[in-house]
Amino acid sequence: MNALYSLVFVFILVLIPLFGVGAGHMDFGFGVCIPYTAFALFLSGFVAKIFGWAKSPVPYRIPTTGGQQLPYDPELFKQSKLDNPSNGFQTVLRMILEIFAFRSLFRNTSTSLHETKDGPVVAYASSKWLWLFAILFHYSFFIIALRHLRLFLEPIPFFVNGLEFMDGILQIGAPVMYQTDALIVVGLLFLLLRRLVDAKIRYISLVADFFPLFLILGVALSGIWMRYYAKVDVVAIKELAMGLVTLHPHVPAGIDVSFYVHVFLVSVLMVYFPISKLMHMPGVFLSPTRNMPNDNRFHHHENPWNPDIKPLAYESYEKEFGPFMAEAGLPLDNPENAKAPEEG
Amino acid sequence: MSMPSADELFKSIDYNPPASGWMETPVNFAPGNWCYPAKKDMVAYLQGYMPDAFGNPREWSPGEADWKLPPNWKEIVMNGFRERLDKFRSLKVFMDICVRCGACADKCHFFIGSGDPKNMPVLRAELMRSIYRGEFTLAGKILSKLTGSRVMEEDVLKEWFIYFYQCTECRRCSLFCPYGIDTAEITMMARELLHLVGVNINWVLEPVSNCNRTGNHLGIQPHAFKDIVDFMVDDIEEITGVRVKAPLNEKGHEILFITPSGDVFADPGIYTFMGYLMLFHFLDLDYTMSTYASEGGNFGLFTNNEAMKKLNAKMYAEANRLGCKWILGGECGHMWRVINQYMDTMNGYLQGSHMETPRNPITGTVFHNSAVTKMVHITEFTADLIKHGKLNLDPSRNDQYKVTFHDSCNPARAMGLLDEPRYVIKNVCNNFVDMPAGTIREETFCCAGGSGLNTEEIMEIRLRGGLPRGNALRYVQDKNGVNMMSCICAIDRATLPPLADYWAPGVEVCGVHELVGNALILPGEQERTMNLRQESLPGFEDEDDDWTPPNM
Ligand code: SF4
Ligand code: SF4
Repeated sequence: MNALYSLVFVFILVLIPLFGVGAGHMDFGFGVCIPYTAFALFLSGFVAKIFGWAKSPVPYRIPTTGGQQLPYDPELFKQSKLDNPSNGFQTVLRMILEIFAFRSLFRNTSTSLHETKDGPVVAYASSKWLWLFAILFHYSFFIIALRHLRLFLEPIPFFVNGLEFMDGILQIGAPVMYQTDALIVVGLLFLLLRRLVDAKIRYISLVADFFPLFLILGVALSGIWMRYYAKVDVVAIKELAMGLVTLHPHVPAGIDVSFYVHVFLVSVLMVYFPISKLMHMPGVFLSPTRNMPNDNRFHHHENPWNPDIKPLAYESYEKEFGPFMAEAGLPLDNPENAKAPEEG
Repeated sequence: MSMPSADELFKSIDYNPPASGWMETPVNFAPGNWCYPAKKDMVAYLQGYMPDAFGNPREWSPGEADWKLPPNWKEIVMNGFRERLDKFRSLKVFMDICVRCGACADKCHFFIGSGDPKNMPVLRAELMRSIYRGEFTLAGKILSKLTGSRVMEEDVLKEWFIYFYQCTECRRCSLFCPYGIDTAEITMMARELLHLVGVNINWVLEPVSNCNRTGNHLGIQPHAFKDIVDFMVDDIEEITGVRVKAPLNEKGHEILFITPSGDVFADPGIYTFMGYLMLFHFLDLDYTMSTYASEGGNFGLFTNNEAMKKLNAKMYAEANRLGCKWILGGECGHMWRVINQYMDTMNGYLQGSHMETPRNPITGTVFHNSAVTKMVHITEFTADLIKHGKLNLDPSRNDQYKVTFHDSCNPARAMGLLDEPRYVIKNVCNNFVDMPAGTIREETFCCAGGSGLNTEEIMEIRLRGGLPRGNALRYVQDKNGVNMMSCICAIDRATLPPLADYWAPGVEVCGVHELVGNALILPGEQERTMNLRQESLPGFEDEDDDWTPPNM
C-alpha cells in the first residue's frame, strides 16, 4: 500500500511539469523559479539540520567496538585498529572505510532456522546483496551527479571529462551509453524489490521509504529518456544551466518537455532531502558510535552538562551499619558508630 | 506457568510478520510478557536522592488497564524527550538517519528467538521514532501517518514499557548498522523517559536502591558480606589446606579490588570469587576489598544517567577513603561498559590525587591503557602475570572440562576485551574451543538476561532470546564435547545456567578465574583431590565412590 501511494505520488509529480510546460508554457517557472527555490530550500534545510545536530553535545564517548581493544601489552595482543580505533587517525580510517566502502553493511549476515535430525539449528550466512546493490546505487548516483558538472562549469574540469570517458568506455550506441545510467536503475530496482519481497522489510517500510526510491527512479528514467530517446538539445540546456549559475537566468527556446520533467523531479528531491531520511548522507559523519576513538580509559573526555551528583556518603553508611560492622570485626572510621542507637 | 519444551519453542518461531501494520497490532500484556514493576518503597527511597529522575511511587501492575500515571504524564514524557534530544546528539541523530534498511533486523537475539517484529532493532527504535516524528518534526506533523508518525498516547507508553524491557542493551544491532545506530542507546533513553513517570521494573530498581544503601545489588549488609567471604575462605582451606586472607575495608593498601556481588552470593559465581582470593593470596597482593563499594555491576546503566553516576562514584570515593592507588576490577560485563565509556567522564574529578596509573606490583607492567580511569580488568592483570611466568599453574586440573568462552556483550562491543580472557583460559586449561564464528567476539550473542532482565517472571522471553547463544553452545557440545562455558560477567553466570539447561543440557557455566583457581598451585597446599566445586579431580573419583556417610 505504501509502495502504491508513493508510486502514484511520483506519477503526479511527473504530470505537473508535463502540463505546466507542455500545455501551460510556463518554461521560465519550471526552468528557473522552481530550481532556484528548490536549491535554496535544500541548502538552508541541509545546513539547519546539521547545525541542529551539532548543537546537541556528545556527553559520553560511546564507540561500538568491533574488535580487540588497545591492549596494555601490544606484543601479547593485537589491537584491531580499524574496528576499535584508539586515536584520531585510526578513527578517520574507520570512517573512510565506512563511508566509501560501507564496511558495516559488508558484515551483514542473514539468519535462518532449520530443523535437522540433530535438533534445531540457527544458521547465519553472509549476505552481501544489500551491500552490493547499495554500493552500486550510491556510486552511480555520485558519478552521475559529478558528470552533470559539465553543464554548470566552463571550462569543463578535466576530472569531469575523465569521468565521462570512463563511464562511457563500453561505447555502446549513440549517444554513447553511460554504464552508471544502467547501474543506478538496476540498484534502485533491487532496493525496491527487496522492500516488496522480503516480508520483514516490507513490514517496516513506510511511504517515506518507497517515495525517495520512486522519485530517484523517476529522475533517472527521465534523464535516460531525454538523453537517449528524446535526444534533447544539450547546447540549449547548457545555456540554461550556465544562466542559472551565473545568476543571469534565461530560458532558450526549444528544449524538450522531458527536460522539465527531469528538472522538476530533481527539484522535488532537493526540497525533500533535508526533511527526510536522506539526511543519512551527512548524518553518518556525525554518528557517535563510529566517529570517536575508544580512548576513555586513557584520555579524559568532558561532559558539558555533567550533573552534580555525589555518591552516598560513607559516613552515613557507617552510621547505619556500624554496630553490625563492629561486631563482625570490620574496621570503623568513627568508633562511636559501633554503638547501637539505643545504647547511645 | 508451564514452559514449552525446547523443540516446541523452536517450532513456534515464525519470521513472517502479522497481517496488521505494527501500529495497529496490539501488545500482549499477558503475565510472562513483562517484568514486575518496582516496589513502591524502592522508588520512594530513590526519589529521596534523585527527585527529578524517578516518578511517583505507587502500587500498579502492567496487567491492569490503569497504570496510575500522573495526570500530566504526557507533558512529563514529552519534556523529557525534548530535553534528551538537546543533551544527547546520539539520540537526535539516531532519530533522523535510520533508512529502515533492515540490516539490523535479524541481528537481535530477541527477534531471532521470538519472531516478534517489534523485536527487530529497527522497529524497536521506530516505536520511539514515530513519536519523535509526530511531535518534533514539521513533516511528521503535517503528513502524520504517511511519514510513519503518531502522537503520544497511553498505549504507546505501554508498548514502550514492553519492548524497551525486551532489549538487553547488548548493542549487537549497532555493529551491523551502516550508520552505527545503536538501539541500546535508544533503549536507554526510553527507559529514562519511562522512569520519569514511574514506569519501571523491580529487577532494575531494587538493585539500584540496594547498591546505594548497602553497597551491593543483593542488599547484603556488611557483616553478612564478611560472613559469606569467610565461608569461602573456609571452603578454600578445605580444598587446598591453605588459609587465604580476605581483607575487607582495610586502609593503606595499594589496590582496591571490586567485583560484582553476584560472585559473592550465588553459585557458580562464588567459585570465581574463590579463584580471585587464591590468586591474590598466591601473589601476596597488597589489596583490600570493600563492603561499602561491594558491587562492580552498575544497575544505574539500565535506569538513567543520574543513578549510574551516583552508584559509580562509590568506587573512587572508597579508593580515596582507603588510600588505594588504583582499582582492580573483577569479571563483570556492564560494569566494564560503565568503567570504559562513562566513568572518567562522569566521576573522574572525584579521584584523589594519590591515585596513580595502575602498575602491576609483581611484574612492574604499567597499564597505560587505563591511565585516567585507574582501573584494570582482572583478565588483563592475570594475563600479564602469566606472560611473565609469575604463576605456578597445573592446567591438567581442569582436564575434566572442555571449555568454550562466551564473550559478554558489554566488554565485547563497548570495550573490545576479546583476547585477554582467551589467553588466560588457554593457559589454565588444556581443552579450549571457540563457538562458531558469527556468534563470538564482537558478534557475540547476548545471554538474554542483561540490563536487569534476569528475572524469573519472563523466563520464556529469556529462553527465546537465549536461542542464538544456546544453539551455538549446542554445536560445540555435539561436535567437540564442550561441557563448560566460561565467561567474564556475573550476570552471565546467573543467566547462562538456565539457558544452557534448556538449549544445551549438560553444559555448565563458570567464570575465568574459577579455572585459574583450579589450576593455581598454592605454596604449601595439600594434594588436591577436588576442584573448587568440590568435585573429584580426574584420578580421584574412586575415593568418592567408596565414601559412605559416617552415620550409616
Ligand atoms: S541497520 Fe541501521 S539504518 Fe538499517 S534499519 Fe537498522 S537502524 Fe536503521
Ligand atoms: S541492543 Fe541488543 S537487545 Fe537491544 S535491540 Fe539491539 S540487538 Fe536487540
